[in-house]
Amino acid sequence: MLPSYLMLAAILFCIGLYGALTKRNAVIVLISIELMLNAVNLNLVAFAKYGALPSLTGQVFTLFTISVAAAEVAVGIAILIALFRLKGTVQADEFDEMRR
Amino acid sequence: MFTGDLSGELIAFFILAAFTITGAVLMLTLTKVVHMVLSLAAVFIGLAGMYVVLEAEFVAFVQVLIYAGAVSILMVFGIMMTKHQEDQGRPAGRMPEVLGLLAAVSLLGILFYAIRSTAFPAAAQVEQAEDNTLEIGKLLFTQHVIPFELVSVLLTVAFIGAIMLARKETDE
Repeated sequence: MLPSYLMLAAILFCIGLYGALTKRNAVIVLISIELMLNAVNLNLVAFAKYGALPSLTGQVFTLFTISVAAAEVAVGIAILIALFRLKGTVQADEFDEMRR
Repeated sequence: MFTGDLSGELIAFFILAAFTITGAVLMLTLTKVVHMVLSLAAVFIGLAGMYVVLEAEFVAFVQVLIYAGAVSILMVFGIMMTKHQEDQGRPAGRMPEVLGLLAAVSLLGILFYAIRSTAFPAAAQVEQAEDNTLEIGKLLFTQHVIPFELVSVLLTVAFIGAIMLARKETDE
């Protein structure tokens, strides 16, 4: 059963990677990153049940990942709002100050 | 890979996997940003069901609370505060799209090959705790108490920082 869960997580991760690389709206990029984080969480929980040494530590680690991801989303959205006030857009390829 | 007998877990896994992947693909293909967030919420709920199948009820509950609740609402707020056009704007050029697809597909291929060619050792038969949540609470406050407290500090710092970043600067 473990490889099936790993495959599902890999598919979700790759969908998130594709979205993060190609979407131009910065909110959608953040959403795609959340999708990738969720795929990793699924791996952790699957290994917590089907790994060589099943234990609850994987689930505890998942809880920590979820809280760090929540903090990341809050800061990301705040940065986006501040950038939107400054530039009037959320298109990721127009944030190019550091390239000039 | 699919050699188990058709148990209840397998059926639940396939239903939830179809639900989750459908949500994820819709997230990529829909054009309106709000619809994308809705399909993302569907992915989160599908994953919560997956955690229930994996006997991680507390993680499933946290997933629904934090992801399907808080993160989705935060994304909707982010769209409300920043959006000025309905859809996500003109699509990206051909070149980044092709390169992104290439990167994602090649990574999927590598992962698929790695998963197929690894012999996973059979799980040692450890009796799962009867009361999952109680055991997680005990672990959090004994073995993992320092990371637990650090996470609370991290959350406080992150949310104060978010407020400071998003605040309107009125005093010029």
